[in-house]
Amino acid sequence: MTATHSLRLARLAVGELAEVSLIIAPGEVHCISGPSGSGKSRLLRAVADLEPHSGEVWLGDIAQASLPAHVWRGRVMLVPAESQWWEDSVGEHMTQDALTDLETLGFSPEVLGWQVSRLSSGEKQRLALLRAISRAPSALLLDEPTANLDEVTTRRIEAWLQSIIREHGWPVIWVAHDPGQIQRVADRHWRIEASGLVEVTRWA
Amino acid sequence: MGVIELAWWQLALAALMVVVLAGCTAVARLGMGKSLLIAAARTVIQLTLVGLVLEALFAAERLVWVALMALGMLLIAGREVMARQKRRLLGGWAFGIGTLAMFLSSFTVTVLTLTVIIGPEPWYRPQYAIPLLGMMLGNTMTGVALALDRLTDTAWRQRAVIENRLMLGQRWQEAVGDIRREAMRSGLMPMINAMAAAGVVSLPGMMTGQILAGSPPALAVKYQILVMFTITLGTGFGTLAAVAAGSRRLFDRRERLRLDRLAPPKG
Repeated sequence: MTATHSLRLARLAVGELAEVSLIIAPGEVHCISGPSGSGKSRLLRAVADLEPHSGEVWLGDIAQASLPAHVWRGRVMLVPAESQWWEDSVGEHMTQDALTDLETLGFSPEVLGWQVSRLSSGEKQRLALLRAISRAPSALLLDEPTANLDEVTTRRIEAWLQSIIREHGWPVIWVAHDPGQIQRVADRHWRIEASGLVEVTRWA
Repeated sequence: MGVIELAWWQLALAALMVVVLAGCTAVARLGMGKSLLIAAARTVIQLTLVGLVLEALFAAERLVWVALMALGMLLIAGREVMARQKRRLLGGWAFGIGTLAMFLSSFTVTVLTLTVIIGPEPWYRPQYAIPLLGMMLGNTMTGVALALDRLTDTAWRQRAVIENRLMLGQRWQEAVGDIRREAMRSGLMPMINAMAAAGVVSLPGMMTGQILAGSPPALAVKYQILVMFTITLGTGFGTLAAVAAGSRRLFDRRERLRLDRLAPPKG
């Protein structure tokens, strides 16, 4: 169990998006929705410091700019909507820690020997989540983590993510489309609009 | 034994055959006719001019003129490296990195070869310095251009992979490692192939020239081996420097992949 930190966005601005300020407490899931092209993915990329941006991001009392960029990204882990694989087999991308969760996600250990080219898009998506989480981050940025999954698998992944998020106390930004999913997983829900983030209340 | 004199009309026969080749590709709609003819015309003009320059240079035998000539060759090679890249680095970096890499490797190796190994008197004697540097630059240029082109083009194609590796907390060197290896490989492959095939598949041009000019083959062979090694050194170190500097330039201080630093391909 590692010490838990909150994730704080202070006047973060990237591209067209107006300044965003946000505090995500440990173990909290903040969902972000909005039309495509509204800058959801770019916002996540800025939090992971993959794109030039203004403003600052804090993990606990550590500023993004105070850490070498690769160390920051190792702690504030972004899982993109479409994962990429560069080695031939699945196992070459995984750390040892990935083994324990394989079965929860519906895989047998043999999957590590599989060729990446054999994976379906849904399998890739689940394995990409596992690959990211097994690197022991301190915060998660999820970009439509269940986009390629069927309803049953989506529910299973949601439950698994929620349990490990709570277990580790990770602050999470979760980009989602499906209102049902947002209902199920979000502690708070924000919509991206021209002016920036607007909170959507549950009863609205 | 002298060399058999070659008249201009005899060259014109060879030129005519190049024109025929260009005509054939034009008829077959392969779209290479024009560039073939332009390149052939450039060969004639450039070599004729360089012949005149060399005559003057050999007559003068002054270090200043040799150095100026070398500088001119370097700048033209730098321009050529830049022109051969599909997506080159913007802001003068493509020219700067290519030229600096070639300067560091070609010039160092040429000067070392002249002073330490061959030892003509004086060391900058143009009959030795200019052809040696020319062969070095020509090959280093090919290596550097191929490597930089492969580096930037592959980084462009595989940007999603590079960024996903960055997201997982890899350093930029690790995230671009495979691409750097590939770029290094394409820069060095022509030279490795040339060394492997030398004398078996192909008779190297310089050795052929020396033999035609009346040198004993054994001496020509020694010179050829020396030149092959120095060219390999020049190409190798030049490519190494270009790939290191070029891949660094693809990332900013926060280790972000900055493809906005690449020019869009022309046409």
